[in-house]
Amino acid sequence: MRKAFGDFVKGIGIVGYGAYIPKRRIKVEEIARVWGKDVKRITEGLGIKEKAVAAFDEDSATMAVESARRAVQNSGVDAKRIGAVFVGSESKPYAVKPTAAAVADAIGASPELTAADFEFACKSGTTAMQCCLGMVASGMIEYGLAIGTDTAQGSPNDPLEFSTGGGGASVIVGNQGVIADFEEFYSYTTDTPDFWRRPSAEFPQAAGRFTGEPAYFRHVINAAKGLFAKTGLEPKDFDHVVFHQPNAKFPLKAAKILGFEEEKLKQGLVTPFIGNTYSACSFIGLASILDVAREGERILVVSYGSGAGADALSFKATKEAERKRPKETIFNMIKEKEYVDYATYVKHRRKLKDV
Amino acid sequence: MVSPSSSLIWREIPERYGMVGSVCQTCGASYFPQRKVCPKCRRKGKLALQKMPENGRIYAFTEVHSAPRGFENESPYFLAIIELSNGVRVLAQIVDSEKEKVKAGATVEMRFRKIFEAGKEGILAYGYKFKVV
Ligand SMILES: [Zn+2]
Repeated sequence: MRKAFGDFVKGIGIVGYGAYIPKRRIKVEEIARVWGKDVKRITEGLGIKEKAVAAFDEDSATMAVESARRAVQNSGVDAKRIGAVFVGSESKPYAVKPTAAAVADAIGASPELTAADFEFACKSGTTAMQCCLGMVASGMIEYGLAIGTDTAQGSPNDPLEFSTGGGGASVIVGNQGVIADFEEFYSYTTDTPDFWRRPSAEFPQAAGRFTGEPAYFRHVINAAKGLFAKTGLEPKDFDHVVFHQPNAKFPLKAAKILGFEEEKLKQGLVTPFIGNTYSACSFIGLASILDVAREGERILVVSYGSGAGADALSFKATKEAERKRPKETIFNMIKEKEYVDYATYVKHRRKLKDV
Repeated sequence: MVSPSSSLIWREIPERYGMVGSVCQTCGASYFPQRKVCPKCRRKGKLALQKMPENGRIYAFTEVHSAPRGFENESPYFLAIIELSNGVRVLAQIVDSEKEKVKAGATVEMRFRKIFEAGKEGILAYGYKFKVV
């Protein structure tokens, strides 16, 4: 029997986090120039100025490892005490062979752990986090590592190409040295074909206008409202909110529908600067909020994965959040950049045939 | 480049992922890559595994313009001898660093990157590279 709100999860939460944003950026303006598109219309439509581009030798696995190494360092957790590693991604370097095993080895974890890769479009990272929270709450493991990582795909000249970036972020869940207490979750899932990629296809396909109302908004709004109903909390009880951000417009609209002031969205809204980083999106947004969160501040995270589902999670920052600040913030990482032109971007992302 | 076998790639994982080298428990000398015998102590040496520090300085470097097969598309790139903070020297690629910052004495930190792909369908080898910080 499920216990009451906040009861079964007492003392459990995020003990540390880390993120990785590749250094290279391409401006949406540059992509629009190549394809002869109206720059103003595209940048205003998406609310995205530029996107982060993974280099030739980077993929979702290297970014997962970099973010996980930082999470271990920032949390102060001994990697040998991590009992589960779950990696959420839709751009795995192998179709079959777990990224999670490489991450576990690279952070110096013990082989005595369980690991797997999760896929649920852009929400697999938060789902990985839910699994870690459950395993820690039940006493199955001491610490769990959940990761959201993607080199977001978009075929040339497709609307997706203007918005999809790359990045990764990791969260370590445990019950000692908690920086953000986990309070509650609510998930909402239906079979909705708004975005997909068949195994042999190189790039995903989106069902155009269908991606908005019946997909993103229906699931995100229902998940948030479900969490409110489950907990009795309201938008005014939250100090920060982060939604999945395929562009900068959708989260703003979701905030408006739910009744959040735009100000509460600001710290976690990273898409305008790095693009839609798919599974890493809401994780990097959450990390940015944790960079500044003060004791007692409440955070709402609502991820979204096409196909479709949304996970809403509520956290409350502790004193430890102020004590265990990482040396590099998300907005510092956003500032460190090197612009590339379209040709260089195409080379790094291997969009040329035979590269 | 002839792709190394998956067993060779697998054997090198502790060194490439975590920079795990050797330390001689008799004389205290550290080695990377790993060694089976301490060249100083010979039979008296007793080697154990030791994780190398992940930061150091550039000792010497070169810019590679004509890369070996398999790395052609990455050139030009910097290859450097890094002196780790414990004095051990390793050869590694420099990434994400502006040209003018790559010089002898520059402080570097380890980064986890893809090293090579064994063809389109083969195994991927990952490991350490360094970035000027
Ligand atoms: Zn010796």
